[in-house]
Amino acid sequence: MAKYLLLKHYRGGPTAVNDVPMDQWTPEEISAHVAYMRDFAARLEQTGEFVDGQALAPDGAWVRYDGEGRPPVTDGPFAETKDLIAGWMTIDVDSYERAVELAGELSAAPGKDGRPIHEWLELRPFLTEPPTITE
Amino acid sequence: MNEALIRSLTPSVLGVLVRRGADFAAAEDAVQDALVEAVRVWSADPPRDPKGWLVAVAWRRFLDATRADAARRRREDLVDEEPPPGPAPAVDDTLQLYFLCAHPSLTPSSAVALTLRAIGGLTTRQIAQAYLVPEATMAQRISRAKRTVSGVRFDQPGDVATVLRVLYLVFNEGYSGDVDLAAEAIRLTRQLAAAIDHPEVAGLLALMLLHHARRAARKGPDGNLVPLAEQDRGRWHTASIAEGVEILQAALARDRLGEFQAQAAIAALHADAPTAEETDWVQIVEWYDELARLTDSPIVRLNRAVAVGEADGPRAGLAALAALDDALPRFTAVAAYLHERDGSVATAARLYAEAARKASNLAERDHLTRQASRLNGLRR
Repeated sequence: MAKYLLLKHYRGGPTAVNDVPMDQWTPEEISAHVAYMRDFAARLEQTGEFVDGQALAPDGAWVRYDGEGRPPVTDGPFAETKDLIAGWMTIDVDSYERAVELAGELSAAPGKDGRPIHEWLELRPFLTEPPTITE
Repeated sequence: MNEALIRSLTPSVLGVLVRRGADFAAAEDAVQDALVEAVRVWSADPPRDPKGWLVAVAWRRFLDATRADAARRRREDLVDEEPPPGPAPAVDDTLQLYFLCAHPSLTPSSAVALTLRAIGGLTTRQIAQAYLVPEATMAQRISRAKRTVSGVRFDQPGDVATVLRVLYLVFNEGYSGDVDLAAEAIRLTRQLAAAIDHPEVAGLLALMLLHHARRAARKGPDGNLVPLAEQDRGRWHTASIAEGVEILQAALARDRLGEFQAQAAIAALHADAPTAEETDWVQIVEWYDELARLTDSPIVRLNRAVAVGEADGPRAGLAALAALDDALPRFTAVAAYLHERDGSVATAARLYAEAARKASNLAERDHLTRQASRLNGLRR
């Protein structure tokens, strides 16, 4: 088994095929999209491949240490940030091929006019514990 | 005997152990062990005296643990086999436990966790699931909380207001798990109301019952958020409403108004309206004025602006809104709503989309996006 992160970006990836902002969809199209996402997660729970899924608010801040006895420095949010993560799903699957297959399914979520969004998702393998038997 | 019934005995059993001289942290662990044991064996063999059974088993566990501890420290002789008689309780043990678990030295999240375990009788695993954190994290939070209050004298009077804030948090910010935290909050508040005669405790209980009554109507079949005005009022739980109203009226009659009674009064006015159109918004605005005087909270003023918009028209609502800080949570959503009522569809659609981006939870974000999409559809 191997864990993968499916990262969804507000922006930063290549443009989706069906790239229309959600508030320009009809309420029914939004409902269909939400239902698709929910069913997808439920199905992965059934197959024993779902680990975690979370959505993130778009506004964040940058924070860094500013030296002994000083409060941390904060900066942002930057409206012009090129890459912005919207959320993630962690899956635990048997192979890279399976991870790609699932990411493809998630990317097929319906959007404007009920057509798949073809949204680009970033697929990242988790680093694992070293195996016990190496020779 | 079901689990909820077993758990309802938690505070009185814990109180007995502490009165007998057990320290709070060890007693709490012993009571948890006894509860687990009770769940295991009672279904097959229910005791005639459930509380007596729990006290006996918990005390045995406490002695075992203390003895094991003492053996390690070579202080075995300090532990007495027989329970000391202990002083007659001057104040209700249950009430003291509420004060202890909501002690001002605890952070809100610690107080919530400790209350659910030591008074609610929930296991660490159940509490962890409810708040979506790993069990080890919750175990650590609870044991730190116990250490924090270990020096607090058990018979010192506490502040009811801190207890009410903790119970309000459990009710309002409970997530999903196999434990219904809203129902648990109501149970704990009911138990508190039985232990202390206080109009704000009654006010909070009424507030919870009146909001809990709407639960079935609050979400659509597909999980969408259904706003108050669009809820199917036939699905409101009338028995909870009746109980909430009755408790509230008795509290208000005592003429010691507080924020929870005022909030409950607003909820009662909504419950009283057969349809959204028949809501008595003028009275609701008056209650928001009371609430603003009591709390000076900007959130209250924001909600008041919505009520003013209904009572005196959207322009009046927008005027009330203009006096507030636009960084308040939900400010943009309220502005969108009032602009729509005022007929500015384009402005409202833009504000709904902006409000969706600022939403702090998914259900609200989806709802606000749908509002924007609905208005954009009208414009096409």
